[in-house]
Amino acid sequence: MAALTKAVVEISGCKTTLRRGGPQGQSAPTLLYLHGAGGSGNVLRFAEQLAERFDVILPDHPGFGESDLPGWLDNIHDAAYFYLDLLKHLNLRDVHVVGSSLGGWIAMEIAVRSTERIKSLVLSGAAGLNSKVARRGDIFMWEPSQRIRNMIVDQSLADKILSIKPTDEQAAIAVKNEFATARLAWEPRFFDPHLHKWLHRIDVPVQIVWGDADKVFPLPFGEQLQRHLPGSALTVIPKCGHLPHVEQADRFKAIITGFIDSLVGRGAAA
Amino acid sequence: MKFTLFHLMPYADLDLAATKDYATSWLQTPNTFYDAEKGAALYDRYLGELERGEELGFDGIAVNEHHSTAYGMMPSPIVTASALARRTKTVTIAILGSALPLRDHPLTLAEEHAMIDTITRGRLITGMVRGIGAEYHVWGVNPAFSHERFHEAHDLIIQAWTEPGISSFHGKHYNHEYVNVWPRPYQKPHPPIWVPSQGSRETIEWAAHPKRRYVYLQTFSPIKSVQKYLKMYRDQCERYGYTCRDDQLGWAVPIYVAETDEIARKEAKVHYENFRNRFLKMPIEMLLPPGYSSIESMKGVAATKAQIVGDITAELSIDMGMFICGSPETVRQKLELCWKEMRFEHLLSMLQFGTLPADLTAKSMDLFAHQVMPKLRAAAQASALAAE
Repeated sequence: MAALTKAVVEISGCKTTLRRGGPQGQSAPTLLYLHGAGGSGNVLRFAEQLAERFDVILPDHPGFGESDLPGWLDNIHDAAYFYLDLLKHLNLRDVHVVGSSLGGWIAMEIAVRSTERIKSLVLSGAAGLNSKVARRGDIFMWEPSQRIRNMIVDQSLADKILSIKPTDEQAAIAVKNEFATARLAWEPRFFDPHLHKWLHRIDVPVQIVWGDADKVFPLPFGEQLQRHLPGSALTVIPKCGHLPHVEQADRFKAIITGFIDSLVGRGAAA
Repeated sequence: MKFTLFHLMPYADLDLAATKDYATSWLQTPNTFYDAEKGAALYDRYLGELERGEELGFDGIAVNEHHSTAYGMMPSPIVTASALARRTKTVTIAILGSALPLRDHPLTLAEEHAMIDTITRGRLITGMVRGIGAEYHVWGVNPAFSHERFHEAHDLIIQAWTEPGISSFHGKHYNHEYVNVWPRPYQKPHPPIWVPSQGSRETIEWAAHPKRRYVYLQTFSPIKSVQKYLKMYRDQCERYGYTCRDDQLGWAVPIYVAETDEIARKEAKVHYENFRNRFLKMPIEMLLPPGYSSIESMKGVAATKAQIVGDITAELSIDMGMFICGSPETVRQKLELCWKEMRFEHLLSMLQFGTLPADLTAKSMDLFAHQVMPKLRAAAQASALAAE
């Protein structure tokens, strides 16, 4: 595990909190982790594991966690343009973007606009598309403990998570994350009806990862996404719900590492 | 003091035993439990009860809007108000209200309200609401933009009613190249605007603004909340530099009147508790979707959660002043005391609630209209004379 260091940067007029850690310099690939609706809190431990190998950047999205809620944040496109500004502001290149759920949707919205600074995408249980064959879970209707139970297959792990009482600060952040998620994803519910038209613009390698028992976006969502992204690979993680980074961290880390290593190797040979 | 007969039109024939395991009658109880014949009979009965309000001497009658729920069968209050428009001659008809943010084209509301206002030759009262939280689940509209859409839709409707000729409207949520509504409202400049609310500082600051001075109605709440928010409105008027008139304030409350206190409590209990604990109840996730209320107001929610979503008995509700129930004399005394303290011009009585059947509703309406209302009118008149 490698510790991440917190920093606050102002991007597009938004005071943005980000955590960064791991090996720096030309040899270390940069990995931008875009968290899901639950915020960066449940990603932190996994990000520290990734930071053993990668230069990991884990921002709080605008409106989430410790970042400000900027007046301009109205929809997922605003979030995407913000991240294009962030990539420029931090002068990042050849970035491997990993996005979970809502973060996976943001990753695609960024990449259909520009992949200039992006080397690859890893999309985990990604939102963004509607499905005509499967029904998504309604996280806004689930009360908090039910939400955790529905996101995790292993109920003993859910028990463990639920036994930890959040601090006042964590509870306040949870409400803030919920508000920001609604802004971006209430209607249409976790998808952009126009996104699918432009997914062909994503001209970088894509690895899709899905829990076989995801109740938020059941597996047909992942299979559909794979069909929309020709050349992408879909890896299904068994005994896993919506949060592979929480429930199957080792397996998920191995998938990310293997995928990025294969690309970097290819890049070095060229 | 003015009296308005307010009806929620619940689907009172809901099979309560068969639906008891659904967490709420809102959205989650499937409409397979709705029967068209029973629905038709209930509409007939309820519209008749409102029409009878005119014969009984009420100043007004009122309907409202809720979606996908047995709590009220009025997804469109435009329809019920229209049905009442030609069957009544003198009463005001209040739509309390139309849920502005739920509309993608609120200009249709400017048209529909203007039509009813014209058909009734100026008897319409336009209520403007955001709709309760559950509506945002049902309708899909983003609760994060509820306030923005409400204010924008309001501005659009007022513009449509007050700017002569052809204009345009450009907002973040609503855009019209041409605004030129036919018919224009019968009342000038437009129907009175009432703002029903469960109590919120933002709503009060907005409604009390000197530019608007809209009537603020506190809906079904413990008497302490009624006192708090009516006072907040009056204080806000003072801060704006004017004195609140009594007719800027109203209170909507379920009332049941019978021969004696004991009979009233006995007859009303189960029907009131069905209203409060079966038809109205919903989980917090539905009541307060993210963005519907301010982030600050969400902080105390967890602490008061049990009180919001738990059951309340009829007896406790009577003690808390959420429900006025008793003999004509008891009901008069209680209401007169409240009126003397809060000086609301508008009393909106909900004389049917929950599963209260036709015969008991008729009895309570008659007793209220004949034995309570005239005495309250006299008391208010005497007080006005004394003040002169």
